[in-house]
Order: sequence, then C-alpha cells, then structure tokens
Amino acid sequence: MSGGLFVKFLGAIVELVIPWLLAYLIDTVAPANDVPMIVICGAVMLACAAAAFIFNIWANRTAAKVNRNVIRDLRHDLFAKICYLSCSRIDAFTTPSVISRLTSNTYDVNRMVGIMQRMGVRAPILLIGGIIITLTLDPMLTLVLVCTLPFIVLVVWLVSKKGIPRYTETYLAQDKMVRTVRENVTGIRIIKALSKTEHETARFEGVNNELSLKEKRAASTMALSNPLMNLLLNVGLVAVILVGAWRVNADLTEPGKIIAFMTYFTIILNALISITRLFVIYSKSSASAKRIFEVINAPDDITVTPSDKLETNDHIVFDGVSFSYLKKRNNLTDVSFSLKHGQTLGIIGDVGSGKSTIINLLMRFYDADSGAIYIDGENVRAIAPERLYNMFGVVFQNDIIFSASIAENIDFYKSGQEERRYRAAAAAQADGFIEEFGDGFLHKLAVKGADLSGGQKQRILLARAFAKNAPVLILDDSSSALDYKTDAAMRKAIDRDCAAATKVIVAQRVSSIKHADVILVLKDGAVAGRGTHGELMTTCPEYREIYKIQMGDIA
Amino acid sequence: MRSTSIAAIPKTRLKNVRVLMRLWRYLYRFKWRLLLAVFISFASNALALLGPMISGLAIDAVARGAGNVDMTLVLAYCALMIVFYVVSSALSYLLSIFMVGITQKVVVALRRDLFNRLIRLPVSYFDNAQTGDILSRISYDIDTIANTLSSDAVQIFTGVFTVIGSFVLMLTISPALVLIFAVTIPVSVFATRYLVKKVKPLFRARSGKLGTLNGYAEEKISGHKTIKAYNAESSIIGGFDALNSDAADAYCKADYYGTVTGPTMNLVNNISIALVSMFGVLLYLIGGPIGITLGNLSSFTLYSRKFAGPINEFGNILSELQSAAAAAERVMRIIDEAPEPPDAEEAAALSGVQGFVTARDVNFSYVEGRPILRNVEFDAPPGKTVAIVGPTGGGKTTVINLLMRFYDPDSGEIRIDGTEIREAARASVRAAYSMVLQDTWLFCGTVYENIAYSRDTVTRGEVEEAARAARIDGYVESLPDGYDSVLDEGGMNISKGQKQLISIARAMLSDAGMLILDEATSNVDTRTEMEIQRAMLRLMRGKTCFVIAHRLSTIVNADIILVIKDGEIIERGNHAELISRDSYYKQMYSSQFE
Repeated sequence: MSGGLFVKFLGAIVELVIPWLLAYLIDTVAPANDVPMIVICGAVMLACAAAAFIFNIWANRTAAKVNRNVIRDLRHDLFAKICYLSCSRIDAFTTPSVISRLTSNTYDVNRMVGIMQRMGVRAPILLIGGIIITLTLDPMLTLVLVCTLPFIVLVVWLVSKKGIPRYTETYLAQDKMVRTVRENVTGIRIIKALSKTEHETARFEGVNNELSLKEKRAASTMALSNPLMNLLLNVGLVAVILVGAWRVNADLTEPGKIIAFMTYFTIILNALISITRLFVIYSKSSASAKRIFEVINAPDDITVTPSDKLETNDHIVFDGVSFSYLKKRNNLTDVSFSLKHGQTLGIIGDVGSGKSTIINLLMRFYDADSGAIYIDGENVRAIAPERLYNMFGVVFQNDIIFSASIAENIDFYKSGQEERRYRAAAAAQADGFIEEFGDGFLHKLAVKGADLSGGQKQRILLARAFAKNAPVLILDDSSSALDYKTDAAMRKAIDRDCAAATKVIVAQRVSSIKHADVILVLKDGAVAGRGTHGELMTTCPEYREIYKIQMGDIA
Repeated sequence: MRSTSIAAIPKTRLKNVRVLMRLWRYLYRFKWRLLLAVFISFASNALALLGPMISGLAIDAVARGAGNVDMTLVLAYCALMIVFYVVSSALSYLLSIFMVGITQKVVVALRRDLFNRLIRLPVSYFDNAQTGDILSRISYDIDTIANTLSSDAVQIFTGVFTVIGSFVLMLTISPALVLIFAVTIPVSVFATRYLVKKVKPLFRARSGKLGTLNGYAEEKISGHKTIKAYNAESSIIGGFDALNSDAADAYCKADYYGTVTGPTMNLVNNISIALVSMFGVLLYLIGGPIGITLGNLSSFTLYSRKFAGPINEFGNILSELQSAAAAAERVMRIIDEAPEPPDAEEAAALSGVQGFVTARDVNFSYVEGRPILRNVEFDAPPGKTVAIVGPTGGGKTTVINLLMRFYDPDSGEIRIDGTEIREAARASVRAAYSMVLQDTWLFCGTVYENIAYSRDTVTRGEVEEAARAARIDGYVESLPDGYDSVLDEGGMNISKGQKQLISIARAMLSDAGMLILDEATSNVDTRTEMEIQRAMLRLMRGKTCFVIAHRLSTIVNADIILVIKDGEIIERGNHAELISRDSYYKQMYSSQFE
C-alpha cells in the first residue's frame, strides 16, 4: 500500500515539473535564444509526460488491487460474522437490513476506498506543497491565508454533523425500499391473485419517493460544503491582497510576490476542492461503514459458559424451561421432559403453543429465560456451538432449498458421503423423483427449489437431515406436504435407518407421532399432557379431542 | 418453473450507446431544468473567471510600489471581488441543489419503471430469478447510475463549452500551433475508443458478478438457521469467498483498465503541452508571419491547459459512464423483460361468476419435453368442492397455477362459465378466486393491513370478524398493539400456523365467487382447524372450491375427488365411491392409520 502511495506521489511531482519547465523556457531559455536547450527542455517535458503516465497507471493499478483486497476482506468479515450471528441478533437487525448492509453499504465503502487512494494522496501533496511554497514567498501573507483554515474546519464539522445522520436516515429508507421490493418478489402470486398490482405500485411509489426525499436532503446538506469552502478561501485571498497592498505600500514586500502567490493559490484551491469531494464521499460512506461495523462488532450473545453437569442416563432433559421472545408474555412456561437414547418425542399442540420454540431452545438458537436443558447431562449452555449443532439432523418449518444440485442440497457441504446420500434419499422417499430428473442427484435445483413441489422439497430436506446421521433427529412439521402414504413409508424408513437416533418430531397429524415413546401436548406454551399415546388417551382430554377429530371418521 | 432460467437465457447485448441514449431520455424529461442548470453553471464559472481578472486589476493598483498604493481603489476592487465570489458560490450551491433534484427525479423514474415492470412480469420470471440479484439491480445498479448523473451530466456540458471556447481562442492566436492538436486529438480519440471497447465488458462483468454475489448472499442469509444447524458456516463462507473474490477481481479488473483512461488522456495532453512549448518558443525565435510573441505563447499554453482540462476529465467521466452503462443495461434488462402478455382485445372481464369450471384435454409442461400435466379433464359445477389429491410431485399445484393463469396450458382449454379463460381479462379470472397457499405471504405492515389486503374497502369490524372466524383473534389481541402491531420480517414471534390463519382471515374478507385452498391449513393444528372449520364451511358455501390437502379428513366431504398421479387424473369420484373399491385413493387413505 505504501509503495502505491509513493508511486502516486512521484506521479504528482513529475507532473508538477512540466509547468515549471514551461516557465523556465519562457522566462530564461527563450530570451537567451538557446535552441538546443529548447529541444532538451521539450524532450525532458515529453519524458516527464511519459513518466507521469507510467507512474499514474502504476499507482492506479496498485490502488485498484488494494481496493479489491480491502473490500474482499470487509465483505468476507461481514458475511462470516452474519453466518455466525445468533438468531436473536439477526431478528434485531432484520434480514433485509443485514442483506442491504452486505450489498449496498460495502459498495459505498468500496467506492470511498478507491477515490481516497486516487485523490487522497495527490490533493494533500498539492495543498501542503502549495502552502510551503507560499511560506517561502511571504510568511505573513501565508499566515493570512492560513487564518481561513479554522473556518474551513468549522464548516466541515458543521456540515458533516448535519449530513452524516441524514445519510443514516437515507439508508433506513433504502432498507425499506429493498424490503418492499423483496416482499413483492416473494409474494407475487398473492399480489397477482388479488389484482393488487396497482396497490403495490402505489405502495412502492411512496417508498421510492420517501427514499428520494431522504437522499435529496442528505445530498443538499453536503452540497453546502463545496461553495462554502470555496468562498472562505477566496475571501482569504482577498484578505491577502488587502494585507499585501498595505505591506507593499509600507515597503515590506514586492508586488511580484503577490502575483506568484495568486498562482499557487489556484493550486491550493483545486487541491481543496478535491479534498471537499473526498470529504463528501467520506461522510456518505462513514454512515455505511458504521452500519457494517454495527454488525461486525455485534457482541456474541450466545456464549459458552461452564455449567453444572447433571447425573443422568437420559439423552435429552428439559428441566422447568420457560422462555419469551419479546420478554413480555411467556411463549413457553415450565416445560419439563426427558428422553432416553433412541427414544422418540412427539410434540403436538395448537398453533402458537410453543412447539417450534422447544426446538429453538434445544438447539440453543435462543437461551431459556429460566430452567435448564441438558444433553447427555451437559447443559446446552456449556457445549461449544459447533459440537452442539453436530448433534442434530434437522428439518425446520420453512426450511430452505439452495439453488445448487440435489446432491449438494442433501450433503449440505459435507464431502465424501455418496453412500449415505443414496440411503438418506431412499429413506426420505425421494429417490424415485430424483431419478426422474435425467441427471439424477446432479440435477441443479432452481432458486428456492421452485422446480419442486412442496412435497418434493420436504423430502429433499428430510434426506438432508437423514444424511447427517446425527445422534438427534429433529423434524419440525416437516411432513405436512407429504401424502399419508409417503409419510407412512418414511416413518418406517426412519424406524429402520435411524433406530439409534433420538427423535424429536413436531407434527400436526396424530399418525405422525402416535408411536412416539413420549408425546408432549402443548397448550399456550405449557405442557397439557405428557405420556404415551395410550396414556394420553385416558389422561389428556386435549389429546383425545385431537385424536378423535383426526381419526373420528373411521372410528 | 422448471429449471431453464428465463433470466439466464443469453440475450443480445444492448449497445452501449443505445443504453446511454435511453438514460439520456430520462434526463431529457427534465430538459428545462437541465438547461437552467447548464446556464447557472456557465454563469457561476464566468463569475469565477472574472474574479481573477479583478484581482489582476487590484494587483496592478498595488504594483505602483511602496508608498504609492491607492488603498481606496484596492479596497473597492476587493469589495467587488467579495461580491463576485459570494454570488459565484451561491450560484454553484444552487447548481448542486438543481442537479441533486434532477438526479433524484431520474432515479425515482428509473426505480418506478423498474418496479412497475417487475411487478407485471409473469410468475415464471420470479420462479427462476434470484431475489438478491433483483434487489441488487434496484439498489446498487441504480445508485451507480445516480452517482454518474449527479456529477457528470453538467460537467459534460460546461466541458464542451470550455473546449470549444479555448479552441477558438487558440486559433486566433496561432493557427500553426493548433496544428499540433491535429495530431494529438485523433490519438486521444483513437485511444479512447480502443479503451472503451476493451473496458465495457469488464464493467458489465463487474455488475453481473456483484449481482451473483448478492444473490448468493441473500439466499444464504435467508437460510441462516439451517446453516447453523448443519455447521455449514465454513463451507457457505467458502462459497461466498469464491464469489466474493470473483466480484472483487471483476471490480479490480474494470478499475485496472478503466483507470488507464485518465492517465492516457493526461499523457496526450502533456505531450501536446510539451510540443506547444517547444514549437511555440521556436516560432517565437523564427519570427515573421507565423511568429508569435512571448505573451501570446503564455496565453496559448494557458488556453491549451483549459482546453485539456475537460478533455482530461472526459477520460474519467468516460470510465464512469462505462460503469453507469453497464448498470443501466442490467436495469433495462428487467424493464425490457416481456410482461404478462396483455389481454386479447376482445377479452371481456368475467363478471357475475357462477363458478362452473371445466378443463378439457389440458396439457402442460414447464420445460419442453417434460410434461407435468397430461390430458387433464374435469367439470367443477357451481358451488361444488373439488379436492385434488395424489402423491407429491404429481402435478396438483400445477393445476392451481393454470386455474389462476400464472401459467397458460400448452394445449387444451379451461373455461369458467363457458368462457375460455385465455379469452377473458386476466385480472378478472384471478379475481374470481380467493386463494390461500401453503407458503403464506405477509408483508411488513400491521396485522390489520395484512388481513384487509384482499379488499379495497373494508371496515375495522369486518377485519376483526374475519380474524375471529379464522381463530387468530386471541393471538392478535395478545400482541402489544393488537391489530395495529407491525409484522416485521424478524417476526419470530409468529409461527407458520399463525401466518396461515392470517392468510385465511384475509381470504375470508375477499368476495370472490370461487376458492382455492392449496394446503391452506397444513401447519394449523387439528383442533384449531376444527375450530375454524365452521368458518371455512361458511367461506366455502355456495362457492366452487378447489382444495389441495393431504389431511384426508379435510377432503372426505368433497363433492368430487380427483386423484392426480404422474400428471394424469387416475381416479375420480366422491369419497364413498373411491373408498368402496380397490383404488389408489383407498391405499392412500388407509396408510394414514398405519
């Protein structure tokens, strides 16, 4: 990096030699009628031009590389951090905002780094060089000029104090705009079905205008800086002439010096204009950088804390667990159960009764507010995340299919498990339709698995969970789009292939969990019933009711 | 839906010039403002040039030497200078404000055009496009255009003015010296053209790679929880790094060649100046008719600097225009995408729909050669419930796609009340149904707005009643702001089942004559489903309904059950008929009790 700066420095210096040589030609050589010297001077000027060309390209290319490395590393750090960010942190930032930080904001910083390098060296050299030369001419006059600098600093400070928050507002509006577009892209079917195109167009219009208004306000604030700085400097110049006139009159300096002063003043002014531009870009991207570092510096809220060990043979133990997402109303209240190795837990209950929350806590996406969760006697808080996650093969509600090959979606970035992949696909009843694709497992799935039906997606996701071959298998309502036949076949396959795994199955259908060793019936976040199917049929009225509704028509 | 991506089909590249011309048309809409901006810029520049002239006069007054300086005259000039500089600064501020205004108007228009087209594209486009890439176009690409417009548009105009002006002035001083430019200008034109040709694909690659990167990131961030659960962070980051390097390299490469333009222009100018100085001094020495004075030479070089300044800037502007053109091309690509074909001219809006739906010999495939539906035929008489069942991947959802005209069949016909739906206004076909899908969609707005979405005019009471009927009222009332609570994206406090209930409440408000339920209650527990059953029945009463459900309890009461397997209807009848014989349906039905 410093090498690049030095080259840029050389480029700037060499370019300054050309006008100096020109002055020398006109002032000294031409009157002396020295033709060979004229040609030599011309040749030196040409050489300087060539040197400037080479140095500038060299410097620009170095700058481009530096810029590439900076932005690549920044984006890497940000994305890596996002990947490791806890769910509650992502919730707090919101997904679209995280995405726009990664896309728009890094781009702003990218631009800044580029321009900073290109102008950030040249302008200060010219500014400082100009001031030094004027100092040698007449320090008193330079002092007058320098007197304007505090005012310039004040302008910079005031404008940025107003401008940076406005850019921050702009980014919030941009988040909103991006979110609106995203909603429209994901909800296109509903929007078209309800003929809401006009409505959405109007909604976007509002968001679009709001963003534009914010951008306009921010840009208008920043637009003040350049004319104000120009004005201050020019006023300084007028002061120089005034003071100069007085000093000439008092025979303290010569008029020629004032003339020379004017020439260098132009150089200083141009340098300052460049610096203003830099400063505008800096203001804009510092708001961006702030948003990026907000994420990068977000503290880990899920930390590993050594904890008591529970003496138990049970695989999974929930001990009086309560939890609330918004810390207002409990989403889970005093949930307790225990599971032995290889057992199956079925969870059933109303919408919003806390079924998925149990899984979120078991996998420690969130920390329980009270109570404790143990796996093999170890508190989940004491298990390093990587080791913890390795314990689970899981299919979430709304799980995601990536636009990659079926094999990649099933292996999920674990290599060398071809054999396992085939078995998992067969167990998930997915092998049939996968073979129908001409290219089988190598078939590249469309974005969001758009070329699969809901049931096919679920079967790929199930295959993914099976292929992981983890000690705990978690299926969160993951067979809702499967017909009963496929579902039944899959359950048999799980019993056969995943006999050793402890299973946690959230389901809507009694048939999916009927054979579980422990069934948990949840109601408003609390356990309404716990036991086997047979036990619950006699002890738990809620369970009996669900069973009757689902099976009633054949019973 | 099936793989071949519509967005990925290579299309003929839009020509650079044509893209810029189209951008220009956006600017041209504000031609009077633009003209005014150019005028202000001239005035401001002229005043700024007058400043030095007056300072020259002031210095002349000073130059009378010690004791002889006319301080009142100097003071007068100084006062004049201050006035000029103040006016000039004010004008330049005004210019900035003007340009900010124009730029924003263009940007708003671009975003509006992009969005308006986007939302009118056929569903197939969205089934194939990466959301992140679309978002990248509407944010990054349009920002790039905006940055170029705001800084470069006026510079081009004033630059042209300066170049022409100084060229004319140079001609008046020494036509012989101007000959030097007859050599150097073609060189710079040639160099520029060469570089532009070389750099354009690099800038295009730069925008494209960034779009791919953003698409990847968007997808992966959406799958954040899954990635965590599978400890796949390092592989995902690895994948990101590869694309990130590509994007950064593409950026660097465009810069690497793009930034050659500036120094090249600079080189040509410096060569011109060196030649002008050398030959100028020689001309001065030769004298005679082509001879010039030293003063002339000094002004000539000053003008040649002025002449070179904008040309020099053009180099930078050109590389910025390049990146703007590449970005604009990506934006135009969406704007040029074919929207859903307009309704046929004689297409009439369906009205007073009775709800008699017939399908005859319908064939359909997403990708040619991979038929999804074959010879599908059915009659759905008004008010009847048609259940579509069958193994996953059999083509159930595709039937819905065709009914809603998200896709049109390859052959065969679908009629509503005897009207072939392709001959009816598309919006009226869609309006004939209310629809609840498995993938629920809520937007960032209040619960109230989300429920009320299906109808234009609705009262608070009706919304609350729909919520009660869909059994979501208890949940909504538990929210901090009740119906006015905002459902934001980080809505982990709302489950998939609750989302489905809100969607059902939304459908309940709709006054459409027919109903489509595609796994509408798949994530709703049985008890709640039973509770909303009455409301659902009321919702379905008198309407033709198409129901896809795996939970057979929801379909046993259907009037007609169609069993679709491998794209064909293999069985049809009601529950009693189908269960009484040895049918595929019977196998499916009994498997739920295994």
